[in-house]
Amino acid sequence: MSKVYPDNNGRFGSFGGKFVPETLMYALEELEKSLTEAWEDSTFVEEYKHTLAEYAGRPTPLTYAERLTQKLGGAKIYLKREDLLHTGAHKLNNAVGQALLAKRMGKSKIVAETGAGQHGVATATVCARLGLECKVFMGEEDMRRQELNVFRMELLGAEVVPAVSGSKTLKDATNEAIRYWVANVEDTFYLIGSVVGPHPYPKMVRDFQRIIGDETKEQLQDKEGTLPDAAAACVGGGSNAIGMFYPFLEDEVELFGAEAAGKGISTKKHAATITKGTKGVIHGSLTYLIQDENGQIIEPYSISAGLDYPGIGPEHAYLAESGRVAYEGVTDKEALEALSLLTRAEGILPAIESAHALHLAFKKAKEMKEGQTIVICLSGRGDKDVNSIKEAMEKESKS
Amino acid sequence: MTRMSVNEAAKKAEYPLFIPFIMAGDPDPSTTIELVLRMEEAGAHIVELGIPYSDPLADGPVLQRSAKRALQQGMSLMRAMQLVPEMRKRGLTIPVIIFTYYNPVFQMGVKTFLDKVKENEADGVLIPDLPYEESQELTVTAKENGLANISLVAPTSSTRIEKIANKAEGFLYCVSSLGVTGTRESFSEEAYTFIKNVNLSSKVPVAVGFGISKPEHVENLQGVCNGVIVGSAIMKKVEERLSEFSQEEKMKQNALQEIKSFVSSLISS
Repeated sequence: MSKVYPDNNGRFGSFGGKFVPETLMYALEELEKSLTEAWEDSTFVEEYKHTLAEYAGRPTPLTYAERLTQKLGGAKIYLKREDLLHTGAHKLNNAVGQALLAKRMGKSKIVAETGAGQHGVATATVCARLGLECKVFMGEEDMRRQELNVFRMELLGAEVVPAVSGSKTLKDATNEAIRYWVANVEDTFYLIGSVVGPHPYPKMVRDFQRIIGDETKEQLQDKEGTLPDAAAACVGGGSNAIGMFYPFLEDEVELFGAEAAGKGISTKKHAATITKGTKGVIHGSLTYLIQDENGQIIEPYSISAGLDYPGIGPEHAYLAESGRVAYEGVTDKEALEALSLLTRAEGILPAIESAHALHLAFKKAKEMKEGQTIVICLSGRGDKDVNSIKEAMEKESKS
Repeated sequence: MTRMSVNEAAKKAEYPLFIPFIMAGDPDPSTTIELVLRMEEAGAHIVELGIPYSDPLADGPVLQRSAKRALQQGMSLMRAMQLVPEMRKRGLTIPVIIFTYYNPVFQMGVKTFLDKVKENEADGVLIPDLPYEESQELTVTAKENGLANISLVAPTSSTRIEKIANKAEGFLYCVSSLGVTGTRESFSEEAYTFIKNVNLSSKVPVAVGFGISKPEHVENLQGVCNGVIVGSAIMKKVEERLSEFSQEEKMKQNALQEIKSFVSSLISS
């Protein structure tokens, strides 16, 4: 597995690329150039690292889940605690990086999209910190599901704009954000929340998120004197997962991605892009996506507003095709069970997104030998999901 | 009358080279055929047949709503292309350009798609989310089939205009201003300067699109470019007359006549 991807055309194997209206091509070229220059500039790198350390709260702990390990009776379970990062999810790593880059490029306005609201909150937070104007598109349905995050963004001074087309969720918020960007590309920076979109976004977001895996590697080395045997993360667009996986790609570490199987992959209500999707173009990138035979995109479903996205980052598509990472669907029900288990055993309430990774990792841990280790990226905390969890559990107990 | 290629039609037209956009299947397939025929009667030189798509990134609200209605009618890339032979049977002679987003094309396969375009008597393709860098395969295969792949330039294209204009075929689609499709009140001085520059770089006729909705827009562009592309303004008229299209034949004919008159007024100024 070589790490040189993406190539000069922004391709991860056959995936990736730039499938956008001509209006955006110059902005992407400009971004690519600025990004390369920024990473070569020690002042920028230092500022990024300094902001993460002094403001965001990095490094996040790598917590040994002792009671959980005992309960499952297999591999030792470690949790990479992105839930303890400022604003409560890994999204901040990327928002800090891109906002600093936007400022360096002389852009004063930021536009973003958000599903569950975590990326929106992270973006609004950094914009407040750096004095940037912030507009966040969010599906009308997600605004209802994540009312508290909408309020948080507004408190932070961001304007939250409802996306009312299609399923009124993340896909549509992304469409609206891109349309807004097309109209305002001269003074606006589009701060994408995951490893999706046209080149260089998937690479840029990966490079801002790889801190998760880099820290994990170092911390486990300190605790166990070795690399983990396995690592797991949830995959919607896939930014926390690529952040965790990327530094391990050339190591002998088994990697597992959990995608949302919703009501089950044999039903139509899921967001299992790799398991059930086919190759196609969405939001500027060639990847796997959920679509019909005519190439029309199908609305996905998941209990988690952060995972119901019909596409996936092109690098994940490549890692799945090459067999380097194993991706499996996890249902709403399985995720909620894993969520309960972790909450009761360790006193940690995870986001429903992260609970998908937990289920998959628990299953793998049981199959592994005692003394082996598995690391799970706990991508975010569950406070924002309390209402959805309550609703789902009440429904479950009635049925 | 024999059919012309996109190249020939674009070169032959006197100002304004007029290119209307009609969304296939909105409000229904048979009305699409009627609308396209009316466009030729009104003086169109080339027509863009739009394929409705679930996630049209370059489109504004009017075309998004239009696409949604068409999709609800079960319209697809294949079905839309099959409307062209029907139009030909009814006497349509002007070139037809299939306007579609890349994903439906990718699902069909580029080669199959272009074979079908030719087989169904269309003359060119325009894919707004397939920029220069990603379009090599399609451009080459289209050329082999005698079809034009229409290129776009935008106000942000400054350093790219020359390379795009160099390979342009048929006509060069010049996006008037930043943003998605839809009507605009007026165009800025910078827009005129940009269009003039594009015209200087282009070997093929230049047609300006995005925002053209009034006779004075067309009038003001005379001497600046070769023609105009009008989509949202026409589909908005269709949207306003949806109830008439669902009525008896006479009402439907009246609505078609009104849309034709609107288009005639745009280009006869």
